[in-house]
Amino acid sequence: MTEASTSLTEHVRSLEAGENVVAAAFLGDAPALALAEGQIWLGGDDPMRVAAHPDAAILVVAGDGQRLLTGGDDGRVVSTSPAGVSETLADEKGRWIDALATRGGAVAWSAGKQARARDAAGVVKSWTAPTTVRGMAFFPKGYRLALAHYNGLSLWFPNAAAEPTLLEWKGSHLDATISPDGRFAVTSMQENALHGWRLSDSRNMRMTGYPGKTRSLAWSHDGHWLATSGADACVVWPFKDKDGPMGKPPRECGVRPSRITQVAFHPRALVVALGYADGLVLLCRLGDGAEILVRSPAPEAGAVSALAWDERGSRLLIGTDGAFAGLLTLPA
Amino acid sequence: MAVSPAPAIEKIPVTVLTGYLGAGKTTLLNRILSEPHGKRYAVIVNEFGEIGIDNELVVGADEEVFEMNNGCICCTVRGDLIRILEGLMKRKGKFDAIIVETTGLADPAPVAQTFFVDEDVQKTARLDAVVTVADAKWLAARLRDAPEAKNQIAFADVIILNKTDLVTPAELREVEARIRAINPYAKLHRARKCDVAIADVLERRAFDLDRILEIEPEFLTVDDHDHDNDHGHHGHDHHHDHDHGHGLKHYHDEDMQSISARLDGDLDPNKFMPWINQLTQTMGPNILRCKGIVSLKGDDKRFVFQGVHMMLDGEPQREWRPGEKRESKVVFIGRDLDEETIRKGFLACAA
Repeated sequence: MTEASTSLTEHVRSLEAGENVVAAAFLGDAPALALAEGQIWLGGDDPMRVAAHPDAAILVVAGDGQRLLTGGDDGRVVSTSPAGVSETLADEKGRWIDALATRGGAVAWSAGKQARARDAAGVVKSWTAPTTVRGMAFFPKGYRLALAHYNGLSLWFPNAAAEPTLLEWKGSHLDATISPDGRFAVTSMQENALHGWRLSDSRNMRMTGYPGKTRSLAWSHDGHWLATSGADACVVWPFKDKDGPMGKPPRECGVRPSRITQVAFHPRALVVALGYADGLVLLCRLGDGAEILVRSPAPEAGAVSALAWDERGSRLLIGTDGAFAGLLTLPA
Repeated sequence: MAVSPAPAIEKIPVTVLTGYLGAGKTTLLNRILSEPHGKRYAVIVNEFGEIGIDNELVVGADEEVFEMNNGCICCTVRGDLIRILEGLMKRKGKFDAIIVETTGLADPAPVAQTFFVDEDVQKTARLDAVVTVADAKWLAARLRDAPEAKNQIAFADVIILNKTDLVTPAELREVEARIRAINPYAKLHRARKCDVAIADVLERRAFDLDRILEIEPEFLTVDDHDHDNDHGHHGHDHHHDHDHGHGLKHYHDEDMQSISARLDGDLDPNKFMPWINQLTQTMGPNILRCKGIVSLKGDDKRFVFQGVHMMLDGEPQREWRPGEKRESKVVFIGRDLDEETIRKGFLACAA
């Protein structure tokens, strides 16, 4: 295990989540935790719990700082405001919400093969995918979505009449993401690999070698790097030049004997927060690989299941699937 | 071959319930959900409406199968099951076991293989058994016109031969003989309205390598007592110890084969391991299931394995007891298998 030269463990305050954490985000200025049993824990001066999905599990979460969106196994898509007020945006009649994404005022979700996009004005468009849509991502520009399903990724303009463009690759595609400059699409797969396409020419890119599934992906603020989970080190792929990662080896940081489960890039610096299966959290500086310990391993409190930076990058919210939650505030 | 590590946590058992439409799966499911056994089940079904009991943990599945990206057509996986299991595990405390009901025409292989190939599934769930419900009156016809029906019989660990009240004793023995021709090893229960004991269906541990005690074909019996009377049977097996070779129809199914090979004494692990791996890799698509208990030279533990198509799972089991006869036995159920080659290959592994 790499020795950390400094430690931030003293700057982490425990939060009383009480339940497995599905996702972490900042809502307004307050830390928010989406919990497995359907509640949202909202921090701030007077922490409160919002029963967003009563008697149901929260399966997917998306947020933009202004509202927290949750999709449950009750078939509902719920939007929660910083004041803790929830409203139902959609009801899929009991069908699980499998994917959720948001950008600008738009929200997109899927229930089985049904993909739906709701623009800022509330107009909903639908498309039926060939199989269940497991992941969705908005393009950085324009009203366009990438939808992951079996055997490929469909690129959909909800406001256009034309059928989506299909980028084909055999296998089960899970999460989808588009690079901040809109040039590349990447999916995580069931078979312990990432797949990608350079969108200008649909050229396939294979990113393999992972010992496990890589379900947490994060872009650096400048769009030059993609940090990924699923290995005993954070595998960071270069996306700066026209070929992206093609023909280039990835960087690795945070090597230690436990698998990375969550990654979160700092919003302003080339520093990535890493969460591991044994509960350890550290920050890694990409340039020189320097590491700072944030939380010591605590396997009995579960694997890190959620990591989120606030807008300024001064606080890091942490959650585990063993009901631990904590907030790191970086010293000034 | 994947060698199973020791399980650290108690995994959720998953029972796969298969069978042709109308055979009685839903009846069985409703019985399981309504009996006062104190266990809670999460049920994954194809159509929501059929379950009569108000069970909150019922999830609809689309039986979406994908082919793994390794070029092998038999390596198919129920991706929707992986997704649903992942979601169910978020509410782990709410149920004790899972039942997956498949549609009438479903091939059980992708369901079973899902439990072999996905790491996340393997960490939290274990395949308990494949239970096939068959309609005593219509099975013979189904076997003639539907290969899926045959696969479901061949794949099963437990077969419930239902609606026995609708056939004569002779017809019953006939259909049982046909079942045995396809699958000599499954536990076969006769039933009316699926009135089998729940313990015969659930918690079978059929895929638990620890529990592979012996691989013996279940012998058919020719009974003298009258099966038309309702003795209050609950579908118990009719086993008799006396030898009976007469009056018993032996069927060979026209395309499903069951091949077993045995030899006294040890196998050479340096020959056996490559052989079984190679066999399942090359003949994988044709082998529905395989199982074995082998004695390896230099190893005081029995080595047990089982497989579905190309996916093999094996580990050392208990030690050979003093005075216990060390012998090796392997069985294969499948189609278009070269019996001669398989037997020769196995015997060539002798130490």
